[in-house]
Amino acid sequence: MTALADGRAGELEAHFDETIARDRRIEPRDWMPDHYRATMIRQIAQHAHSEIIGMQPEGNWITRAPSLRRKAVLIAKVQDEAGHGMYLYSAAETLGADRADLTAKLVSGRQKYSSIFNYPTLTYADVGVIGWLVDGAAICNQVPLCRSSYGPYARAMVRICKEESFHQRQGYELLMTMMRGSEAQRAMVQDATNRFWWPSLMMFGPPDDQSPNTAQSMAWGIKRHTNDELRQRFVDMTVPQAGKLGVTLPDPDLTWNSERGHYDFGAVDWAEFTAVLKGNGPCNAQRVAQRKAAHDDGAWVREAAAARAAKQAARDRAAREQDTREQDTA
Amino acid sequence: MDDAPVRSEWPLYEVFLRGKRGLNHVHVGSLHAADPQMALHHARDLYTRRNEGVSIWVVAAADITASSPDEKDPFFAPSGDKVYRHPTFYEIPDDVPHM
Repeated sequence: MTALADGRAGELEAHFDETIARDRRIEPRDWMPDHYRATMIRQIAQHAHSEIIGMQPEGNWITRAPSLRRKAVLIAKVQDEAGHGMYLYSAAETLGADRADLTAKLVSGRQKYSSIFNYPTLTYADVGVIGWLVDGAAICNQVPLCRSSYGPYARAMVRICKEESFHQRQGYELLMTMMRGSEAQRAMVQDATNRFWWPSLMMFGPPDDQSPNTAQSMAWGIKRHTNDELRQRFVDMTVPQAGKLGVTLPDPDLTWNSERGHYDFGAVDWAEFTAVLKGNGPCNAQRVAQRKAAHDDGAWVREAAAARAAKQAARDRAAREQDTREQDTA
Repeated sequence: MDDAPVRSEWPLYEVFLRGKRGLNHVHVGSLHAADPQMALHHARDLYTRRNEGVSIWVVAAADITASSPDEKDPFFAPSGDKVYRHPTFYEIPDDVPHM
């Protein structure tokens, strides 16, 4: 590289650093370090994939919803998850990614999604607990991302957070209804809580001392709090909600620590987290296979629509040329 | 494993929404569609699930011409030194009413 080009690159980088330092947003056509671009694409794609795969555990229950009201709510919720995935793929594309390529990477296992969606949904209480705990944890994670330094991602997060509030509330209301029901229904809620509590805590990622990218991500303003900070915030928010609901969180070490002003909680099983992330969770293979099948089954629709659009465009072009000729001869 | 990037079969459209009467259309995001009519339908399903819009524009992303951030300073320079275009440029005594 020539001295001149070096100077220019330094200037661009200084401008980027200054934008970050002033807590201003980076926008799509701005110069940005390659590593920032790659990190953002990975973060946004992983988030988008989580929304898309996240349709499956609950979508599983649409045909067996206990009432028309619950069914309408669940369809709307699952449709929102699809919408969130689309907002996020849209944001990733502003960085030069192509969503067909991201989908290919998801179904071939080259990109990941949140480990939480690799757990099965065994009863209808799981729909409620996913809304309450899983969407609750997602909100904890996502609210600070509304201030992400990357503009299109931050704006997508604002839309998503507005919609997540409905998700969490419908889940909690569903659980309150079940808790007012029979002994068997209360047992279902407790069982679902037992199964989803620890995986929900894992959603915040590994402990801070095992999270090597956190420092760089915080410096770039694409992460605003550490994993452990957000996990603690979620625990503090959720304990009183569990009390109100009348369920017990499955952690004997969960106690209020008045010195810290926070709840203490037991050790998360990080070996389980690692195993699920590596593909050995209860549903990993099924989730990816179903996503791939849906994509493959839709291929003929995509091709047919593209063929029709090409034909229509050719017809429109011919009609315009005909008009021009007639005007010329008139 | 084949690492060649896959490209979308449908072109990209940018979506603009008028939130309510009296407001401008504002850019909200993008989507893929086979043609403009499909883009409009997808935009309705994706960006107006909660009454966020009363009117939608879709534009093929390839048809948009944008200023480049590289030429940011020179491109916008013509307005930079024309402070006399702003009302605050003019000194008027405080006791002149309705100014």
